[in-house]
Amino acid sequence: MDMKRDYYEDVQLFSSGVVVFWFVLLMIGLALFPLFVKNYYVYMANYMVINIIVAVGLNLLVGYTGQISLGHSGFFAIGAYGTVVFMSEAHFPFLLALIAAGLAAALFGFLLGIPALRLEGPYLSIATLGFGLTITQVIGRANIFGGRQGLHTPELYIGPWHLNSDVDFYYLLIVITLILVLAGRNMVKTKVGRAFIAIRDADIAAETIGVNLTCYKTLAFAVSAFYAGIGGGLYAFVLRFIEPEMFGLMMSIIFLAMVVVGGLGSIFGAIAGACLLSWLDLELRNILSIPYVGQWLEALSKSYFSITGVSNIQFIIYGLIMVLIMLFEPLGIYGFWIRTKIYWRTWPF
Amino acid sequence: MLEFIQTLVSGIAVGSSYALMGLAMVLIYKTSEVVNFAQGEMALLTSFLTYMVLEYHGFPFYAAFPLALVFAAFLGFFLEFAVLRRAKEPNILGMIIITIGLEMILMGLVSWKFGADPKTMPFPLSPYDSVQLGSVFVSALEVLNFGVALAVMLILFVFLRYSKLGVAMKATQQNNMAARLMGIRTNRILMITWGISSVVGCLAGLLLSPMTMQPYMMWDPMLKGFAGAVMGGMTSLPGSVFGAYLIGIIENLFGLYVSIEFKSVVAFAVIVLVLCIRPSGLFARHYVKKV
Repeated sequence: MDMKRDYYEDVQLFSSGVVVFWFVLLMIGLALFPLFVKNYYVYMANYMVINIIVAVGLNLLVGYTGQISLGHSGFFAIGAYGTVVFMSEAHFPFLLALIAAGLAAALFGFLLGIPALRLEGPYLSIATLGFGLTITQVIGRANIFGGRQGLHTPELYIGPWHLNSDVDFYYLLIVITLILVLAGRNMVKTKVGRAFIAIRDADIAAETIGVNLTCYKTLAFAVSAFYAGIGGGLYAFVLRFIEPEMFGLMMSIIFLAMVVVGGLGSIFGAIAGACLLSWLDLELRNILSIPYVGQWLEALSKSYFSITGVSNIQFIIYGLIMVLIMLFEPLGIYGFWIRTKIYWRTWPF
Repeated sequence: MLEFIQTLVSGIAVGSSYALMGLAMVLIYKTSEVVNFAQGEMALLTSFLTYMVLEYHGFPFYAAFPLALVFAAFLGFFLEFAVLRRAKEPNILGMIIITIGLEMILMGLVSWKFGADPKTMPFPLSPYDSVQLGSVFVSALEVLNFGVALAVMLILFVFLRYSKLGVAMKATQQNNMAARLMGIRTNRILMITWGISSVVGCLAGLLLSPMTMQPYMMWDPMLKGFAGAVMGGMTSLPGSVFGAYLIGIIENLFGLYVSIEFKSVVAFAVIVLVLCIRPSGLFARHYVKKV
C-alpha cells in the first residue's frame, strides 16, 4: 500500500496524474460504450451499475462498520416500491420520488439500527434477516403496492426528456452512480468514515475515545439503506415491472456475496464484486448456450443429473466462489489486486 | 376451546422439527461460534439421497434410514474437515459467508440432480394416518416427529453429561485453549460435533420429507429453528428447544386468531421484539465483552 504522508494526501481524489488519465479514459469509455454494442449489453451494464450502488452502500455497513446485514433486499424493495408509488400516486417527478424513496429506506434503516445497537453476530443476522422477510411479506399483501400481481412502472420523464430506452437510462444511471460512489468514497475519508472504521475494529475502544456508538451505528444503517433504496428505485425502471417475489432472501445473500467477493472495506472491491457477480448472474441464466462448456454440461446433466434443474448450476458456482474466496483470499478481488500490484512493483524481488 | 387445543397441538408438532434444526445449529455454534446456514441443506441432501436409494435402487426402509444417518454423520465430518477448518482468518462474518456458500452449493447440487418438481418420499407412515388423543386429532407423523425430538433431546442430554466424549465436547465449548492443554484434540472434537449436529438435522429433514419434498423444503424449518435458537439464547440447548416450540406455537396461534397470511413471518417479528428487550436471548446470560 502507498504510504500517506499527510491528511490532504489521504483525502485527495486522485493520487497522481496517471490516475487522472485512467479516470478520464474510463469516463470516455463509459460514455461511448452504448454507441458500439448491442442493446443487451447496455441492459447488462444497467444491471451491473445498480448492483454497484447497492454493493457500495452495503460495504459501508458490512466492510467499514462491521455490522452484518442479511436484510438488504428489504431496503431495496422499499426503494423500488417507494419510487413507483410516489410517482404514480403522489405524482412526484422521478428524481424527487427516487430521493424520497431513498430517504424512506434510510428511515427504516435507522429504525433497524436501533435494535442493532445491542446485537451482534448471529443475533444481528437473524434480526436483519427477519426484517427483510417481513418487508417482502407486508409489501406482497398491501393493495397500494399491487399485491402479488406486482406493479408496472410509469413512463419516465426527467424535465423535458422522455427516457424510454435502455441507452437513455444508462446515461442517467452512470451519472447517479458516479455521484453516489464518489460520495461513498469521500464519506469514508471523513470523520464519519473514520468513526465507522473505529467501530469495526474495536467498538469499546472507539466509545472510550469519544465516538458516539448510538449515533454512528444507526447512521451506518441509514446510509447503507439509502444506497440500497436508490438502487431499488432505479432497478424498478430497468425491469419496468416489480413484484414481491423478486426481493427474497436470496437477493440479500447475493448482495452480501458481492461485497465479500469484491473485498470487505474497499470501495473498489465493492464495485469489482458487483460487476463480477451480476455478469455471472446474467450469463449463467442460459448456461447451456455457452460454447463448449454448455454442450458438455448438457451431456453431463442428461447422464447423471436432470436437464430440468440445469439452471441451478448458477447457485453451485456462486457458492463455490464464496467459499473459495473466503478460504484463500479473505480480502476478495481487492486483495488479489493489492497483491499483484505489490508483486509487480517490487519485481524481481 | 377445542380449536385452541388443536392449534396448540399442531404448533407443538411443527415446533418439533424446528427444535431439531435449532438443536443442530446450537451444537455447532456452541463449539465453534459458526452460524451454520448450511444445516438445512445438509439435511436436504441426506433426505434426497435416501429418497433415491429407496425409490430407484429398491433399498428397504430398515437399511435406508440407518444408512442415511451414517451418511449424514460423514457429511458433517467432511464439511468441517475439508472446508471450515481451512478458513484462514476465521471471524463471524467470514464463517457466515462460508456456510451460506456451502448452502448454495448443496442446494444447487440437489436441485440439479432432482429438478424442482415435488416428490413423494416413500415412508412407513402415511401423513394422512391420524391418532386420536382425547378429543384432538393428531397425525401419526406428528406424533413420531415429537417422539423423535424428545428422544434426541434425552440422548443428547445423557450424552453430554455422562459420556467421555460429551464431557470433552463441553470442555471444548467452555475453553478451547484449556481443553487442548488437558490433552483433548479439539479439532477432532469439532469434527465430531459437526457429525452429530448433521445427524440431528438429518432426522428433522427425514421426518419432514413425507409431507413436502422439494429442494426448498428445508429453508423455512432451518430459519425458524435458527430463530428459535436465537430466542433461547443460541448457547443453551434447552433454551433453543424452548424457543423453537414457542415459535411453533406462536405461529399457529397467530395463524388461527389474527391473520393466516402473515403466519410465516410473525416468528421473525417476535424475534426482533425479544432481541430488543433481551439482546442475548431469553436463557443466555448477557454476553459481556472483556477488554
